[in-house]
Amino acid sequence: MTETNFEPKIVGFLCNWCSYRAADLAGSARIAHAPNVRIIRVMCSGRVDPTFVLKALSLGADGVMIAGCHPGECHYVEQNYKAMRRYHLLKHTLLAMGVEPDRVRLVWASAAEGQQLAEAVDSLVADVKKLGPLGWSQNWEENGERLQALEHIINEHAEAMEVHS
Amino acid sequence: MAEKVGVYVCHCGSNIAGKVDVEEVAKWAGERLKDVTVSRDYKFMCSSLGQKLIEDDIRNEGLTRVVVAACSPHLHEKTFRRACSNAGLNSYLLDMTNIREHCSWVHRDVAAATVKAKSLVSAAVERVKFQEPLEPTFVDVNPATLVVGGGIAGLQATLELADAGYHVYLVERSPSIGGHMAQFDKTFPTLDCSACILTPKMSEAGQHENVTLLTYSEIESVKGSVGNFQVKVRRKARRVDYDLCTGCGICVEKCPRKVVDTEFEAGLGTRKAIYTPFPQAVPRVPVIDADSCIWFQRQKCRACEKLCPTNAIRFDQEDDTLDLNVGNIILATGWKPFDCRNIPQYGYGRLANVYTSLEFERLCNAAGPTNGKIVMRDGKTEPKSVAIIHCVGSRDVNHNEYCSAICCMASLKFGHLVLEKTKADVYSFYIDMRTNQKGYEEFYQRLLEEGMHFVRGKVSEITDAARQPDEQGKLIIQCEDTLVGRQRRIPVDMVVLMGALEPQADAKELGLKCGISCSMQGFFTERHPKLDPVATMTDGVFVAGACQGAKDIPASVAQGAAAAARVQGMITKGKVMIEPVVAKIHEEACSGCRICNTMCPYNAIEFDADKNVSRILTALCKGCGTCVSACPAQVITGAHFNNQQIFAEIEGVLWDTADKQNALVSAT
Repeated sequence: MTETNFEPKIVGFLCNWCSYRAADLAGSARIAHAPNVRIIRVMCSGRVDPTFVLKALSLGADGVMIAGCHPGECHYVEQNYKAMRRYHLLKHTLLAMGVEPDRVRLVWASAAEGQQLAEAVDSLVADVKKLGPLGWSQNWEENGERLQALEHIINEHAEAMEVHS
Repeated sequence: MAEKVGVYVCHCGSNIAGKVDVEEVAKWAGERLKDVTVSRDYKFMCSSLGQKLIEDDIRNEGLTRVVVAACSPHLHEKTFRRACSNAGLNSYLLDMTNIREHCSWVHRDVAAATVKAKSLVSAAVERVKFQEPLEPTFVDVNPATLVVGGGIAGLQATLELADAGYHVYLVERSPSIGGHMAQFDKTFPTLDCSACILTPKMSEAGQHENVTLLTYSEIESVKGSVGNFQVKVRRKARRVDYDLCTGCGICVEKCPRKVVDTEFEAGLGTRKAIYTPFPQAVPRVPVIDADSCIWFQRQKCRACEKLCPTNAIRFDQEDDTLDLNVGNIILATGWKPFDCRNIPQYGYGRLANVYTSLEFERLCNAAGPTNGKIVMRDGKTEPKSVAIIHCVGSRDVNHNEYCSAICCMASLKFGHLVLEKTKADVYSFYIDMRTNQKGYEEFYQRLLEEGMHFVRGKVSEITDAARQPDEQGKLIIQCEDTLVGRQRRIPVDMVVLMGALEPQADAKELGLKCGISCSMQGFFTERHPKLDPVATMTDGVFVAGACQGAKDIPASVAQGAAAAARVQGMITKGKVMIEPVVAKIHEEACSGCRICNTMCPYNAIEFDADKNVSRILTALCKGCGTCVSACPAQVITGAHFNNQQIFAEIEGVLWDTADKQNALVSAT
């Protein structure tokens, strides 16, 4: 695989009220953008559990976009601020795990900002292209520790709080 | 038992099929995705035949889950949910994935778009297997309605609802209802007198048994949701007892303090410190402006108090708040004029005889400061020539890119009034003439015949620096006449700037209180620009008039009536559905850490100290899911968006990395 034909796979978590509708608007207005972001709808960016992002990266995604309403415009009052806090913590965690934090990006887009969302998609795709494939899971496979690593990530949350279910 | 999933891929004519190989997607889903029993593609899934396809398969093939890959769920999720429940399948066992707006409409490459469509279908199939049957709840709709803004759009909405027998609270910020229309002299294209057609509506609203008028009041906060909103309204201190005042006007007459009226008279006229904005104001109860009242400034005077025949003056009155319970809200907060000082080369505020359109309305108005005489700032000289400049602050990349919709017609109206009342020449400087409603083009023709001059071109400067003897003491309009193809300098006595219609400065703030968003320009965003122009993304909140986008009186009235009709529909139905998308805490596993408690902006999570567990109050939960992702023990479930479902969706969406086949890399 050479740098030039690398097409990153990016998972997008978009909130139901602003950013998902911004993507809808980009569609209605036929604003062409890169096909690399695959969208998963959540009710609010505050619903995005950091483990969702880790799960996506561990399953082979090269990047993740989290999108919500602009600060102060959240449909649920202030939950996008909570997404923002988690995002910054997650960035540190990613660094510690050996993943370039730039692969994950938080974006604000109101329901009227189809153009802005399309631009954000293109810019994330371009940046992840520069970083190259992540291949997180393949790396573990080479180490022979893929399953353990996966298991660890998913359970890390619970273990940190000493809760066993 | 394994689920039986039905996958339906829509062509949407060529909308999807033009960029996505839908047959391939359907075939692939049927062959490659686990548990898919039926997989079809169809021309229009939303058609009755398309829906029947799903219904028949549920009945005949015993489908337990349905995936529709078509347009945005915001458009047709309801349609397909209905189809499912028609065939006896719980409607929450459907998942819709968006391969039109998010895929075929925005991607150029067929191969890449097809791979993305497969990802989205695969995600939906994986997710839908974990979806659970849910039942929506229903709540009663409070038949009372709140209308914010007493301009023509709000008035129309108020009267439609009140006449239908429903109670309306009409909240208006200024001391009287009427809005901008009350300032106008004539209305285009018929030239009816604005006051003659507006004041009957105002007094009807003022006297209507079903209308509670709350003027000089503002919305403080909005809580609750469709059917049951709790609204706090702040009534600003009028300093006049609303019940005792008869509106006789003696206080206004005797008040010794005169100030420039920057609101209703647009700075051209004066008012007293105690005032009603205009003679036909509704209600007729005046207000005391503490900033100019001599008593408040210097503790002297109290003339109004001494002379009031009913002792209605209350200098010590303070703001109070009122709690309202309403089922629906209509926002009709209108517009504000563009500040023409922002275009300094047009000289407004610097060159005396440059006027704004609102100032000119007051100048033309028989009840205005000049009694309808069109005179210059000196108050007596009639202009010999008047220039009307279109598109000031609109259709301008430096200010507002949109067209303000009313200025062409208002300019023609002004032209007519000047020609009728004076002997002046009238020049109109326009970019494009936009007269596209009923009777508008005819009015344009009429003005052409009446002798108004039209110059096509954007004015670059208005100056008083004369170059020729005939320019001395005049305002010179410098512009390119694009029809002749050369620069022109036209000296005139008076200039009218047709400023843009802008959203209210605090529109965004009000929108936030009501949970609706604004466009980039600041106008409220409607649910759908064509098919749902008065509803918003928040159920139970509607918009009407210029707060949704610049528009003229007929369009504002139509929207006011449309919003009222939508509200009536809600009231008649009597109940609204509340989505069962709420969170639930599994108490047996809850450690009582209380992390979730602080996450909820609705205070929907209570802590049971005895049991040391948190509990969700379902009635208050709005289903954002923030607590779900915050719970360190993962014992909160967000219905319809639970972890299992989303994890499955992530796995599905990355199908081509997991099995390393047909990867996007090889497709391009």
